[in-house]
Amino acid sequence: MNAPVVETLASESGWLRFRKDRAAVWSGWFLVAIAAVCFLSPWISPYPYMEQNLAQSAMAPSSAHWLGTDLLGRDVLSRLLQGGMISLFVGLIATAVALVLGICYGVFAAEVGGRAEDLLMRGVDVVSTLPLTLIVILATVVFGQNLPMIFLAVGGVSWLTMARIIRNQTRELKGSQFVQAAESLGQSRWGIFRRHYLPNLAGTIAVCATLTVPGVMLLEAFVSFLGLGVKAPMTSWGLMIKEGADIMEECPWLLVSPSVVFALTLLSLNFLGDGLRDAFDPRSSRK
Amino acid sequence: MAYVLRRLLEMVPVLLVVVVATFFLAHAVPGGPFDKDRPLPAEVKARLEAYYGLDQPLPKQLGNYVVNLAQGDLGPSLKYPGWTVREVIGSRIGVSCALGFVSLFIAVLIGVPVGVLAASRPNSWLDRVPMGFTLVGICVPSFVLGPILALVFALGLGWLPPCGWGEPEHFILPALTLGLITAAPLARLTRGSLMEVRSLDYVRTARAKGVPPLRVWFVHALRNALLPVVTYLGPAAAGLVSGSFVVESLFDVPGMGRLFVTAIINRDVMLILGTTIVYAAALLFLNLAADLANAALNPKVARGR
Repeated sequence: MNAPVVETLASESGWLRFRKDRAAVWSGWFLVAIAAVCFLSPWISPYPYMEQNLAQSAMAPSSAHWLGTDLLGRDVLSRLLQGGMISLFVGLIATAVALVLGICYGVFAAEVGGRAEDLLMRGVDVVSTLPLTLIVILATVVFGQNLPMIFLAVGGVSWLTMARIIRNQTRELKGSQFVQAAESLGQSRWGIFRRHYLPNLAGTIAVCATLTVPGVMLLEAFVSFLGLGVKAPMTSWGLMIKEGADIMEECPWLLVSPSVVFALTLLSLNFLGDGLRDAFDPRSSRK
Repeated sequence: MAYVLRRLLEMVPVLLVVVVATFFLAHAVPGGPFDKDRPLPAEVKARLEAYYGLDQPLPKQLGNYVVNLAQGDLGPSLKYPGWTVREVIGSRIGVSCALGFVSLFIAVLIGVPVGVLAASRPNSWLDRVPMGFTLVGICVPSFVLGPILALVFALGLGWLPPCGWGEPEHFILPALTLGLITAAPLARLTRGSLMEVRSLDYVRTARAKGVPPLRVWFVHALRNALLPVVTYLGPAAAGLVSGSFVVESLFDVPGMGRLFVTAIINRDVMLILGTTIVYAAALLFLNLAADLANAALNPKVARGR
């Protein structure tokens, strides 16, 4: 009860352990690289992503178009970068939404304690049994497929696990001696939250966040795949996979490249999340 | 028995929340069920809306809906004139249930043995290779795996029909897609929990007193190790639900998932509500079933409640 539950992100030994995890480190660099090329795509993509060239439609990969062109003659590589930007954007922002909701809810529940806490956590249990995918699909239709609303809807259903974990950690922190000391010295609740809870929760939050991103990206891809997410001429990886799957017989390259990149990104996120957890949560690493 | 009854009673408010949330979301969807390419005469539209009670204030509609729902009446479908929502769902639900059960069966049949095998020889190739596959399986969503399977088995090898419904062989690809996707986390979970259980004292005791190794493994260890696996099957069913939207539209399966998506596209408010409620109820029941199975496996859980 007394020792800090998880090492903070500032802990040197945590980073040392992390550096030894080759898969996690490589995944981290891979993600940085993917994110960099995607977010720089307005400047570095070989063609404008919506430029149509019907004379060169459905071309297999070549030196002019590294990943080929789609039915409207648009460069697949350029679209892949732009789609990646949207997918990663959804992943990051929706995760941030989920993070804020989860932290607020979890810390609040642990702080009020007693029957109210039980009730709040029971509420989380109940909500997590609902068919949330259906609600997200409905919500994206209601809000007219605009991006900020997709962020909100996807994030709004992804905070439940986060709230549970944060609440458990906060409860343990609340009983720890340094928090009791701060209380007896008369520090305000907000001060304790800022000075003691947040730094000690940072490791958990980082792990949770990395492991939430893939789920969130999957959800966005689902919605886009059903034709209810991102609207043309914009694209996202989910939408590209859908378009590729529709004509995979004639143009398999339209399916292969977005699928591979998407799967690799999710794989890296999982590796990175596991690596962070093993490095910063000593309890789980000593199984 | 009292426990089951209490859990069943607890479902009522949850379902009510689902109904209210879906009701307002479904009514907030822009566009109405009677908007066609050419607008209907205002008079006709008004009469249609009056006929279906859509002209009444929303809270009143909601009240009516809940009262009807309590009697098992899901209302009329707006896009399939003459059909009630119950009939429409009834005509589709069998397909989805069959697909769901077969996929879950495939998932357990593949996932659990792979997990057991991997845990029996940790860090050998018997562990590493299958676990590598499961990691890939977790990251490859159903809408990637489905087309790949179709590409290989239907278009490449020509063994199976790429899509369609009606013949038994139409079943294989969609069920395999859903099953494999669910098998991956199942295998990882089985392995993880077996690894944890086998280091516990009671397993060591059993081994020390001379119980045959295979018996220790399957009777002593596996029984406890399967607890989290069984618990996972509830949410896994939920995964099958969302997976089924994609798989049903990929393989042209006339099931509930596609029904829901077309209902949204058609703005068929009643059908949207009906499918969501059926899904929510199914999920709640599956979770309850998972909990009961857990109690049957572990007397400690049964006493704890």
